[in-house]
Order: sequence, then structure tokens, then C-alpha cells
Amino acid sequence: MSAIMDTAQIDTTSAQDYALETRDLGKSFAGFYAVKGVNLQVRRGSVHALIGPNGAGKTTCFNLLTKTLSPTTGKVFLEGRDITRLRTAQVAKLGLVRSFQISATFPHLTCLENVRVALQSDYGKSFRFWSPISAVSELNARAVELLERVGLANALDLTAAELSYGKKRALEIATTLALDPKVLLLDEPTAGMGHEDIEPITKMISEVSDGRTILIVEHNLSVVATLCERITVLQHGEVLTEGTYDEVANDPDVITAYMGGVDEL
Amino acid sequence: MNRLLLIGLLLIVAIAAPFFVYPVLLMTVLCFVIFASSFNLLLGYAGLLCFGHAMFFGTAAYITGYVLKTTPISIEIAILGGALFSAAIGYGVALVSVRRSGIQFAMITLAISQFIYFVLLQSEFTGGEDGMQRIPRNDLFGVIDVADNNAYYYVVLAFAVAAVALVYRIVHSPYGEVLKAIRDNEPRVESLGFRPERYKVLAITLSAGLAGLGGALKATVFQFATLTDVSWTVSGEVILMTLMGGLGTLVGPMVGAGLVIWMNDELSQFGEWSLIAQGAILLLVIIFFRRGVVGEVQNLVRLVRSR
Ligand SMILES: Nc1ncnc2c1ncn2[C@@H]1O[C@H](COP(=O)(O)OP(=O)(O)O)[C@@H](O)[C@H]1O
Ligand SMILES: [Mg+2]
Repeated sequence: MSAIMDTAQIDTTSAQDYALETRDLGKSFAGFYAVKGVNLQVRRGSVHALIGPNGAGKTTCFNLLTKTLSPTTGKVFLEGRDITRLRTAQVAKLGLVRSFQISATFPHLTCLENVRVALQSDYGKSFRFWSPISAVSELNARAVELLERVGLANALDLTAAELSYGKKRALEIATTLALDPKVLLLDEPTAGMGHEDIEPITKMISEVSDGRTILIVEHNLSVVATLCERITVLQHGEVLTEGTYDEVANDPDVITAYMGGVDEL
Repeated sequence: MNRLLLIGLLLIVAIAAPFFVYPVLLMTVLCFVIFASSFNLLLGYAGLLCFGHAMFFGTAAYITGYVLKTTPISIEIAILGGALFSAAIGYGVALVSVRRSGIQFAMITLAISQFIYFVLLQSEFTGGEDGMQRIPRNDLFGVIDVADNNAYYYVVLAFAVAAVALVYRIVHSPYGEVLKAIRDNEPRVESLGFRPERYKVLAITLSAGLAGLGGALKATVFQFATLTDVSWTVSGEVILMTLMGGLGTLVGPMVGAGLVIWMNDELSQFGEWSLIAQGAILLLVIIFFRRGVVGEVQNLVRLVRSR
């Protein structure tokens, strides 16, 4: 473990090299620490995986990073800036946007509307209750472009509820990308998908990682191996180890930790 | 095209209606159409269930009545004044309730409406238990005499058309898109950089103002305002109208308002029993017509078309 968590290396790397960083991050639910003392450092421009057995605290970590939950201990830095006290909406405006573990679309809106809502976030007309929707039709081209990118060009006018599970996830990614986030958090983007959906999604994530930082929770290890430069393993809310795929996969602690949860691998 | 034809047809029917039906009954329906539409805006498009919506309806009735009784201000200004007053109350209610959702929001709004009921009961200017009598219909624009019910019907109709058009506009606006997204998935909207509370505050304020418009008009139609208009029974009635007609459809609340008023009329001969009958009908609607009358019809049309 000490070989991987090389403290000397962390000290010599300036904070400016990290898009996202946490120090001693912790969250307790009525005395039970779901996340405890987590020091996470995500290099700018990298794809970084957060893995661990069910209940390890990965989703809670995401909730803390985007301020869906407020941390009990510790701090969160985005591009070196302390965002621990900000609200979810402010964090999003600063360029840190997440997807959800449970598919988060707007079921009664069409695909086009789903993405356009996100585009409205920076457009400054979202309180115009007196304007016809054509007031934001300028956004349609960009929305269509995003939908094409995730393979939903034929589904513009379908409501999200009508989409298959895999397509819902794709729609969610298009919606997230609409904000052009600097840092993207993806919570199990391939969970519940059939094999035929996993490959395109993986390819898409790899495409959008260009010029962005991505932190991804993923159970499918072949996806992790394809996408991620660095991997952090969580267990019982604490960091078990961190390193490259090969380092982590051969770590005896990780192998032991996963014994109980092999079914997910 | 089809839709324009339908709207035109409806307008012709509405314009001709007072020649066939008692205008006061028609005006009552129109007031409740506005009221139910305002409720539908809140529940159907913002996902907020208000249990005390009558507070906006009834308060505006008193305010407009009071203005007309004590000043020579023209009637349309008095009506809009009542609506604005209710919008202001709505804004206040929104500030204290917007962070709650679901049943908690419903309970807070119920509590506030009971409080307002009490305040109006105790107030001098409302006439307490007796209600506010003899509200005059000041001249429209200060010049047009609208004392006659046949003439006044068209004023009420104009307000109702404007109100429904406004709801349509809100629902199909950039703001409406965000509002529907909040209804569908609030945490997601927040994660996209919005502050959902602010959009909900605006929705409650707008809905309260529209509900107030309905109440203000009703006070001028009957020329009196009573505590009934602020009571929980009216709050319940508007829920019934909206659900019966079809939640989240624009026409639903109109049909619902007509149905419930007609039903009340028919049931009134049974006295106290009418309440029980109302409850039973609501139950039947919830069990068999989950989408409301208009929602079920739309669904049928969709099914037939997709064949
Ligand atoms: N809101 C909450 N209240 C109480 N306990 C929670 C809450 N959210 C998560 N937990 C607990 O925290 C632990 C970590 O959960 P989670 O972060 O969802 O794990 P993962 O995403 O790694 O599967 C679990 O034991 C879970 O039961
Ligand atoms: Mg999880």
C-alpha cells in the first residue's frame, strides 16, 4: 500500500495539478461514518475511477463532492478553490457536474427538452414565464448536436420515459455535457446495461474525456481498465489503496476486500 | 390547425352561451375555471400540492369587494388589485413553505389557510360571519355600465380567456420547461446549476395571483364575499375539479370546474348528504379515471390513433 500511496509524490505535486481534491473528507449518518478521512486527488485531464464493494461509500462521496450532502469533516477543492461551503447549483456553475446512479432524466419531457433545460442553465431566460418557448430556440441546434453525439439523433421528440434503459443513460450524459463541465462525475454509467450498450457508452465516455477531468464509479472492471489512468479503491468509507489498474488489481488488500463482493467484478 | 379550429369553436359557444343558459351560472363556472387552472399550474406542472388554495381565492374576493365598496375605482382595476394582493400572499406563503415538499408542503399551506380564515373571520372590514354584502359593480374602465349580468358575462369571459391563455403561455415558456423538469426530478435540476426553490416560489406566486383573479371575479359576480370562499371545503373542491377534469392538461380543469358545479347543483337537494356523495365520486374518479375525464379521453384518442 505504501508503495502506491507515495506521500513524497503527493508533496511534490502542486495543488494546481489537481482538478478535484478532498482533504480528510468524512460523512456520518447518525454516528455511522459512510465516508471517513478520504484524501482524493484527481489530476486535471485524467479519467479517475472510484471503485469498491457495494456500500463502500462511493455514491456518498459523490454527494459530498457536489454538495448534495454537506460533509461532516474535511474540505473539497475544485481547481484549488475551496468549494466546501457552496451549494449544489453553485458547484455546477463552477464546472463540476455529476450524473446519478439511478438514471436521472426528466421522464415527461422530450429528449430535446431534457437537454435544452440544461442549456438554459447559463442562458439567462429561465425565468421568462411570459415568453413563448421559441425564445430559447437558439439552443435547439446545440441540443441536437449533443443528442447526435450520444446516438439519440432519431429520438429528439420521444419523451425520456419512452427510451430504453441504455438510451436513458445516454440522454443523461448528453444533458450533463450540455453544461460543458470541466469535471464530470459519473456514478455507475453502465450499471444495469446489457453488453450491447456498454461498449458504445464506454467509447462515448472516452471521447468526451478529451479536455476534461472525469471521476467515474464503475463496477465493470474492463470498462475501468479501458478508460482510467488511476484508480482509488474505497472500502468501509475509507481509501484502501490507489494506483494504476495493474497496481490495484495485484494489490493483496484489494483482492481480499473484493472476496466478499466478487459477484460484482 | 385542428387546435385553432377547436379554440374558435369553443369561443363561439362561449359567446353564444348566455342566450341559452343563466349567465350567473356561466360566470360561476368561469370563475372556477380560472381557480382550477391556477391549481393545476401548481400541482400539474410544478408538482406542488396546496391544501389551502382557497386562501388566495377568498382573500382576493374580500379585497376587491372592499375596494369597490369604499372607492370609485373602476371594476377591472379592483379585480386586478385583488389578484395582486393574493399573489403577494402567495409569495409570502412560498417563502415559508417552498423548502418542504409533498405532504409537508400540503400541511403548511393548510395551516396558513386556516390562519388566514381566522384573521378574515375576526376582521372588521369583512363583516365576519355575515360576509361582505352589496358589493357594487363600478363602471368598467370608469365608463361602461356592467350592472346587467348579460353584459358582465363578457367581462368575466374576457378575464377567463386571458387567464387560461396566461397559464398556457407559462406552461409553454422557457420557464415552464424548467418548472416541468423540477416536477420530474428536482435534484437533477439542482445538479444542473439551477436553484429550484426560486422557480417554485415564482410558480406559487403566479398560481396564487390567478386563484385570486378567480375569487375577485366571483365577488363581483355575486356582489358579495363570504367566509366559504376561504374555507377548506373550497380548497377541497378545487382539488376535486382538477383531478376530475384531468391533472396536467389545460382543458382538464375547465371540464372539471363545469362538472363539479353542475354536480353540486344536482346534489344540493340532498343537503348534508351531498358531501358524502362528493367524496364517493372523488373516490370513483381516483380509482377508475386516474387521468381525469380529459386525460382518459386523450389517452383513448392516442390509443385509437396508434392502431
Ligand atoms: N442518506 C443516508 N442515510 C443513512 N445512511 C446512508 C445514507 N446514504 C448512504 N448511507 C449508507 O452509507 C453507506 C455507503 O453508501 P453508498 O455511498 O451509497 O455506497 P456505494 O455507492 O459505494 O454502494 C451505506 O452503508 C449506506 O447504507
Ligand atoms: Mg452507489
